[in-house]
Amino acid sequence: MALSGVEIFKLLPKTNCKKCGHPTCLAFAMKLAQRQASLDQCPDVSEEAKKILGEASAPPIRSITFGSGDRAVKIGEETVLFRHDKKFVNPCALAVEIKDTLSEGEITKKIEEVLASEIDRVGQKLRVDAIALTNASGDKGKFESAAKLIASKAPNVPVILSTTDPASAEAAVKLFAGKKPIIYGANSGNAEAMANIAKTEKAILGVVANGLDELSTLTEKIKALGVEDMVIDSGAKKAEEMLENNTMIRRAALKKNYKPFGYPVINFAQRDDSLHEALIASVGITKYASIIVVSGIEKWKNLALFTLRQNIYTDPQVPMQVEQKIYKIGEATPDSPLTITTNFSLTYFIVSGEIENSKVPCRLAVMDCEGLSVLTAWAAGKFTASKIATFIKESGIENEVKHRELIIPGYVAILSGSIEDKLEGWKVTVGPREANGLPAFLKARTA
Amino acid sequence: MAFTAPKETYSGKVYNVTIGTGERAASFGGENVLPFLPFEGTIPNKPLIAYEIQDVPPTDWPENVQKPFSSVSGDPVTWAKFCQDTLKAKAIALRLIGTHPDRENRSPEDAAKTVKDVLSAINVPLIILGSNNAEKDAPVLIAAAEAAKDKNCILGKAQEANYKTIAAAAMANNHKLIAMSELDINLSKQLNILITQMGFDKERLITDPMCSALGYGLEYTYSVMERIRLAALTQNDLTMQPPMLADVGMYVWKIKETQAPESDVPSWGNAEERGIAWEATTAAALLMAGAELLIMRHPKAVEAVGKLIEEL
Repeated sequence: MALSGVEIFKLLPKTNCKKCGHPTCLAFAMKLAQRQASLDQCPDVSEEAKKILGEASAPPIRSITFGSGDRAVKIGEETVLFRHDKKFVNPCALAVEIKDTLSEGEITKKIEEVLASEIDRVGQKLRVDAIALTNASGDKGKFESAAKLIASKAPNVPVILSTTDPASAEAAVKLFAGKKPIIYGANSGNAEAMANIAKTEKAILGVVANGLDELSTLTEKIKALGVEDMVIDSGAKKAEEMLENNTMIRRAALKKNYKPFGYPVINFAQRDDSLHEALIASVGITKYASIIVVSGIEKWKNLALFTLRQNIYTDPQVPMQVEQKIYKIGEATPDSPLTITTNFSLTYFIVSGEIENSKVPCRLAVMDCEGLSVLTAWAAGKFTASKIATFIKESGIENEVKHRELIIPGYVAILSGSIEDKLEGWKVTVGPREANGLPAFLKARTA
Repeated sequence: MAFTAPKETYSGKVYNVTIGTGERAASFGGENVLPFLPFEGTIPNKPLIAYEIQDVPPTDWPENVQKPFSSVSGDPVTWAKFCQDTLKAKAIALRLIGTHPDRENRSPEDAAKTVKDVLSAINVPLIILGSNNAEKDAPVLIAAAEAAKDKNCILGKAQEANYKTIAAAAMANNHKLIAMSELDINLSKQLNILITQMGFDKERLITDPMCSALGYGLEYTYSVMERIRLAALTQNDLTMQPPMLADVGMYVWKIKETQAPESDVPSWGNAEERGIAWEATTAAALLMAGAELLIMRHPKAVEAVGKLIEEL
């Protein structure tokens, strides 16, 4: 739990030396409590105070970098239970399971699917983040050779090495030296051996238990053995249990600052039915998983899960924006109508969706208004006649369309005259106020 | 440090709403905990999924969701019976989209007849929805409410612009009522207050904070729902305690991801499976946010969400 200013003050030298830049130790303590100062600023603080304060100021859920290089994913560090309170920090990683019982050809195919999974959506690159190799064969040699295949074909993809056998884990983890893989995992039977391997090989340790009580005992034990980076699994497989345990872990970590659960959560969502698996993964995405392992990554499923993850991890205080440009919808020709709106992603999606529904090919000019919707942007002076005129002129659209007619949203009908004044040779037409009026409006024009 | 589960107890509770009559009447809501956390309270009912049908053939639906109904959707009665008998629907939502002035512009009398015909063919509860044209919905839903008198249906959707007439019709004919506002917890609260000030019993309301599809504002609906549910439970806010509706099918099956053929966007994969997954994933996320009543279209998506609910 975060310490109060007075509690911190008791740990400081109380010399009022001002070396930290604050007039007194108490003032410094108050700043520390508000997290507006850093303990490093005090040159005389004792080692003991550093330890206590360091622990108290550590984030309630540990931040861990899984993997290395370009494809490394940061997980953990979450601060809230509900996304409307504050942005969920690090989007959960999606991992696909590869069993070591598969043939070399099948493993290669899955690796290639992972490598080709990247999709661009609203300017973000979304992809399957990791591979979870499971020791389904129970055989050390098979596990090691599958790991070799992954290490050579997908050297940059973060890897989870799933085996309960320490010898197999050790053999495989050496293939990913310096790449921060996850060894999954340590259980009550092999904790010491696994902890030693994770420590020596600088790997993250997945800790799996049978329920929350056992999990808390295990993480404390492993921490005492010197392993800092853990991802935790309560052993829950059924959706109800997964949701309950994920919720308990997140609450305990955040509200009680319960250190044994201050680690990112890993969920295993594999199901035979791929759509069912997608929905189990959806439970994990919305409710507190930091890594979700699935068995299949069909393209349709990836798209749905990536999109859900993007939606849930969006900053509720910052509107999602789309890129400023002129979008072609349908088979737009130089004669197709030109409409304009703002770059708030929701506005863009709804307007472009309705234009698509109209089946009338169009150009949609999306203007950067810092992610505000039409009326708000107009009220804030970001969607004004002169800005619209400049955007249209500079967009080069005059070379692309034969006509000179711009359709503006009905809500800003008031701008039509002034846009015509500023945009020489153009005619401004007032469109419907709401996007759902677009299909009728566009169809009526072509009829 | 031994682990003690940080359980929560809440002062508020969601109203338990029962719709329909007789053996097939169905209930939803009634819980005093956040979604699917039964270990710290009680959840008397599972969420209810209603199959969406409409008064005119679904020519506006994408092909992949028209297909499962192609042999029955020419007539709302056959369609409703198919949902009830073959798909085992626990409730049916009849959208009177054909009454929209830009569509077939069917009259309130025609709409009332459709409602009567459908009701006489089914015994599961019926949700009666207008075409979402605030002006036209008023006379249409009045006629529909009368045609369904005492059948304990849900009537919707009452919005700021037309709630008075629709709420009065629901009240006079003993129906439940959907109150819809646009993605804002305060507007939602205000509309519930306005409707109850007319003498409408708040325990007969269903809140629709407006649905959005996955990728198209889902996070807004999700968070508004979570906030409404938290207000109901933690602050015991009586105006926020009606169960919530997620009108999933309509919002999902009009976006690009549920329509674009794989040949247009190869990286999106199979269009049919994608559409089904889109509807099911949207529904699953909103269940986690607190929706108790879902209106959906594709039988495979309904089945998958049903399977998820079983596991929760």
